[in-house]
Amino acid sequence: MRDVAIISFAQTKHQRAVSDINEVEMLMPILGEALDGAGVKKDRVDFVCSGSSDYLAGQPFSFVMSLDAFGPWPPISESHVDMDGAWAVYEAWVKMQAGKADIALVYAYGKSSPGDIRKVLSRQLDPYYLGPLWVDPVSLAALQARVGLEAGAFSAEQMAEVAAASRRNAKANPYAQLSGDAEVAALLSEPEFVAPLRKHDCPPISDGAAVVVLAADGAARELSEHPAWIRGFDHRIEPHALGSRDLTTSVSTKQAAAKAGVGDKPVDLAELHAPFTHQELILRDALGLSDGVSINPSGGALCANPMMTAGLIRMGEAANRVTNGEASRAVAHATSGPCLQQNLVCVLEGE
Amino acid sequence: MADQDVLRAPNVVEYPFSRTTGPVIGAFFTALREGFIVGIVARDGTVIVPPVEYDPHTSESLTELVEVGDTGEVRSWAWVGEPLDGQPLGRPFAYALIKLDGADTPMVHAVDTGGDPSKISTGMRVRAKWLPAKPAGASEEEQTDPKGAVRTYREGHILDIECFVPGGQA
Repeated sequence: MRDVAIISFAQTKHQRAVSDINEVEMLMPILGEALDGAGVKKDRVDFVCSGSSDYLAGQPFSFVMSLDAFGPWPPISESHVDMDGAWAVYEAWVKMQAGKADIALVYAYGKSSPGDIRKVLSRQLDPYYLGPLWVDPVSLAALQARVGLEAGAFSAEQMAEVAAASRRNAKANPYAQLSGDAEVAALLSEPEFVAPLRKHDCPPISDGAAVVVLAADGAARELSEHPAWIRGFDHRIEPHALGSRDLTTSVSTKQAAAKAGVGDKPVDLAELHAPFTHQELILRDALGLSDGVSINPSGGALCANPMMTAGLIRMGEAANRVTNGEASRAVAHATSGPCLQQNLVCVLEGE
Repeated sequence: MADQDVLRAPNVVEYPFSRTTGPVIGAFFTALREGFIVGIVARDGTVIVPPVEYDPHTSESLTELVEVGDTGEVRSWAWVGEPLDGQPLGRPFAYALIKLDGADTPMVHAVDTGGDPSKISTGMRVRAKWLPAKPAGASEEEQTDPKGAVRTYREGHILDIECFVPGGQA
């Protein structure tokens, strides 16, 4: 295996609606910032991989124009996933393992503001059984939450505690969209939104983008004093049919965590892509994280949830904290699909 | 620029193709059109509803269709106080995981309690509310509006079951 590290990370200030600039204009400043952070010009980048969704942009092959932010001339080697950018990191990592790249740049972006995100995300479901029902991600998450609540897997108080802790942590994150001090009792006195979920159980709707730079072996050691080495990496998926899944746990997260070696050594910190409060509780349990592990010091997806990007941000946030010495071993997680259907787990370590 | 100087052209997005639903999903929809529900027997003997083409655990092809009831039990529910455009009911309703009698896995559908969230609970019995069968001689135009939003008769679609309603004996 080649040693591959995250050596730079940049993100936008996430907002409810970025209406005055397009995706290319959102990406350009942070691409420059990420390259500066890595200490390279774009001519040293061997591979570019992006994550985004045509359903958000409202047109096919929408990512092609986003390449203008990087500037694909002279011709570059690039690829794209219609998934969260965390999976684009996985593709770049595989490319680097194959010896086809030493330095890779991965970006992701999502502008949810032009459409109705709940309706847009209902289109990710199968077109026969679920699509025609227009069942939206909040309703699906609510079905999952009730299964867990009624099985005693977690409580509404624990869910509110997740929201309060996330917003408290986000006070130190200048890129977060939501932050502040919220009392659990006050949150629980709010009316239900899509019962049993309250609004604090759901993510904000965000426009945003993020970039990471990866480097392998000698390039990583040359460019970074403290690379965040990828020491474990895996992703797994569960059946599409909700009825065939145990919604109180996350089987695919457990599988990916075992393959990535999460439990092999102690973990200091975890950045979990949990768009809904109860999903953080499910993930903490599935990953076997003890109470001492710092969870989502950035505030997580509950404080900024740019689609196709929030998982990549988890990797960048975790890598930053390994690089600055705050953590020596961190877990970054990304999810996709309804009710945590697909999950990616990455273990990042310092020297 | 004056408005008459602007070139305009219609941009109609269309998908001028049809698709077949295959031997499993197609059988489910054919059954719905006839007013009953089928599931499929998985490798471990459990009955999956709605039926899937491949075993969710072993990935083997599945072929053994079996009829299940059109009554069942609510296993979980989400109360939608403000329905979005296109959702099955225009007034407050619940999406629910409903385990039909004879099935081992629950399916997602809508439950109508007349807009009252106090009339639904986990474990509650529900029954399918069916659209009527298409009468002989009914024209295609009568069946749905151009957007497919208003359904009059069963035609082999998940919304041949308009929704589920409280009631139904085991």
